[in-house]
Amino acid sequence: MSRTVVSSIVVIGAGPAGLAATRAAADTGADVTLIDAAPKLGGQYHRQDARTGDERFALPAGVQHLRESVVWAIEPIDGGHRAHVRTGPADSPDRTGTSIDAAALVLATGAYDRALPFPGWDLPGVFTAGAAQALAKGQGVAVGSRVLVAGTGPFLLPVASSLVGVGAEVVAILEANAAVRGWLSNPFGALAGAGKAGELAAYAATLVRHRIPYRARRAVIEAHGADRVEAVTTARLDADWSPLPGSEKTMEVDAVAVGFGFTPQLELAVSARCELRDGFVVVDAAQATSVPGVFAAGELTGIGGATLSAAEGAVAGAAAARHVGAEVRPPLQAMRRIRSGRRFAAALGEAYPVRPGWRTWLRDDTLVCRCEEVDYAALRGARNDRDATGSRSLKLVSRAGLGLCQGRVCGANVAELSGIDDPAAFAGRPMAVPLRLCELAGADPEATPEIEPGVKV
Amino acid sequence: MVSPDIVVIGAGVIGAACAEALSAAGARVTVLDRGAPASGTTAAGEGNVLVSDKAPGPELELAQASRKLWPELLAALAEELGPELADAEWEPKGGLVVATGDESAAPLRDFAGAQRAAGVRADPVTAAEAGALEPHLTKAITAAVHYPEDAQLQPVLAATALLAAVRARGGEVRSGVRAIGIEADAGGAFKAVLTDRGAIACAAVVNACGPWAGAFAADAGAPIAVLPRRGMVLVTAPLPYTVRHKVYDADYVGAVASGDADLQTSTVVESTGTGTILIGSSRQRVGFEERFEVRVLAELARKAQRLFPILARVPVMRAYGGFRPYAPDHLPIIGADPRVPGLWHATGHEGAGIGLAAATGRMIADLYAEKETAVDASPFRVDRPAVIEEVAA
Repeated sequence: MSRTVVSSIVVIGAGPAGLAATRAAADTGADVTLIDAAPKLGGQYHRQDARTGDERFALPAGVQHLRESVVWAIEPIDGGHRAHVRTGPADSPDRTGTSIDAAALVLATGAYDRALPFPGWDLPGVFTAGAAQALAKGQGVAVGSRVLVAGTGPFLLPVASSLVGVGAEVVAILEANAAVRGWLSNPFGALAGAGKAGELAAYAATLVRHRIPYRARRAVIEAHGADRVEAVTTARLDADWSPLPGSEKTMEVDAVAVGFGFTPQLELAVSARCELRDGFVVVDAAQATSVPGVFAAGELTGIGGATLSAAEGAVAGAAAARHVGAEVRPPLQAMRRIRSGRRFAAALGEAYPVRPGWRTWLRDDTLVCRCEEVDYAALRGARNDRDATGSRSLKLVSRAGLGLCQGRVCGANVAELSGIDDPAAFAGRPMAVPLRLCELAGADPEATPEIEPGVKV
Repeated sequence: MVSPDIVVIGAGVIGAACAEALSAAGARVTVLDRGAPASGTTAAGEGNVLVSDKAPGPELELAQASRKLWPELLAALAEELGPELADAEWEPKGGLVVATGDESAAPLRDFAGAQRAAGVRADPVTAAEAGALEPHLTKAITAAVHYPEDAQLQPVLAATALLAAVRARGGEVRSGVRAIGIEADAGGAFKAVLTDRGAIACAAVVNACGPWAGAFAADAGAPIAVLPRRGMVLVTAPLPYTVRHKVYDADYVGAVASGDADLQTSTVVESTGTGTILIGSSRQRVGFEERFEVRVLAELARKAQRLFPILARVPVMRAYGGFRPYAPDHLPIIGADPRVPGLWHATGHEGAGIGLAAATGRMIADLYAEKETAVDASPFRVDRPAVIEEVAA
């Protein structure tokens, strides 16, 4: 059974953007509920060690924090939105349901890291960079003893650093784009990213101390192994990321962490019917989306890192408070930080794009969708032989994106491989997370359930 | 480019079946879709090929003909295109309709009796026999009828297999082309279909736009009453073989035939070839409103759980919705439009379009060739009052 509560402002996501939004809104005296899937605050960026009892972050007094809680659906209601929430560990049969009616919503659902497929990427031992880092920071676990970190973007550096921190040997970092000085040499980017320079210097020092080679224009193009990864083939890439013949090298590793930028977690924004552009939520200067009463902050609006996310969160929180009638001083400082942060983000995006040559890494039998085991040949066949030119028919013909991850891992890749020119083509998920049938049966707060969701069968 | 003889607007399963049948009869066919083929109502369907949910009458006759035709058609496509390209996950699994309340037991038995008289296999079974057919079914049933003829296919595969046949015969399938009207010559004879990519000269056009057929009919100067009815389906994670038939609650029959606008749900539970379980289905008249309502999903889940208590803890991975096209008198619209020469319609199949597609395509092809149809086509004619007068009113 579901109970209904009322809160003026609901913030979804407790990463840098959501935390800042919560504080900014609560500072005005507005009544705020913060909902996050993790047991502790901080999100992926500030992921805390789940094994200890301490909490690094403090919330303003009066903020209601729903931890280990997921919003699985958003519905419009008179004067706002209703967020449908399940609380409890994800695999627990005893999660409880709440629906929260809010006058303003702040979406700060963040992003997950993108993996590109290559032959052997489905072998055990191949992790996303984000998963490798989460295991290191959250559980103190190293994904392997000899780990290769590969992909693109500055995120590879903290991942390598976290791995070293839990005792792994990082054999190399492969950056598929040109070297890091690209964006640092951009004067606007360097200015905006001044705060980042110190952070990067610290990572660079870690690389030097542990003698970790950093190779630009190189990528893993194949992983080998019988039951799990034992070795990888790397290759030097041309400017489009096609491997240069003759540049292949083999390295023995027992784990690989790959990260090719980030994909925003859009399903709630799509459910709330926020306008998207180029795969991100469109916001105005007050972080308001196209839907009245819905604000967005952080990676949902563009990939820009923690500093920018926090600034956007501060503005979104203040704007949400204003929307519910609180007296708010314009958050001018945060707005300035957003302007400079976006310059930095633009420079970052320019320096670390995903380039089309990755498609040449695939072979016919390379899986593009791991949940449903759809290979590249089957995906091409769906388009060429079965007229599956739209995301919906493509899914139903090829089965790519129909499995448990519902396209979160493969959606952007499948869209790109199939010539679907919309990075958010697979982002619509009316049910944002899977629910047990009994949980769904008890989800309507206005109905009397015939069977209690906790029923034993 | 050679001009087609016939242009079919709408590459869903109805348009694909019409195009296939017309091309099998020798016509050169071009199929247009404003979006991607098989991505509208067809992609939101469960793939029902049912006789069990229809009362005796013209729609049941069409359904019986279509049920017979589908396996023949798919076998012929497999012959022509190869088994892989023609695969549509055809599964003649049979249906099991159960009544769970005292008040619905007698109507179910009566309904099945009338169907038997119309030639449907509708075998009453005891609760124990129902339990043998469906081991995980609730024990709380008051009546059950087994329909061995009910079948299932995967609608997007079926539609795209039909389109592949059209292409193999020299026809064309064009995505992202929007039909905006028709053009007649000075004498009023049909001349061309107008699209946002230019005119296509042809002898006839088939309006197979499903719930959007009314809009194209109006653009073509011959409005018809076709309305959308919203439906939602839940999909579970893949399971070991748990549900064997298409199992539904007897109140399904009432919901299909009703014109009530408010939410109606009746349980339909069935496995797919990949092990997921589909749970349907809701019916709402809310226009083309795509808003997703938790109360609808909750009601579907409650009723499915009541029918199959074992499913209570199964994860539901996703929910999807679509729009069924229906005419005010709940009969399909199949045939030539007497008001505009060269304009044909094939729409209004509501939730039964997948099942009725094979016979609908054949009917259009036979009518076009002025041959006798296998099933009496007159109940589906375009110029019946419910289709034409309700628009005018």
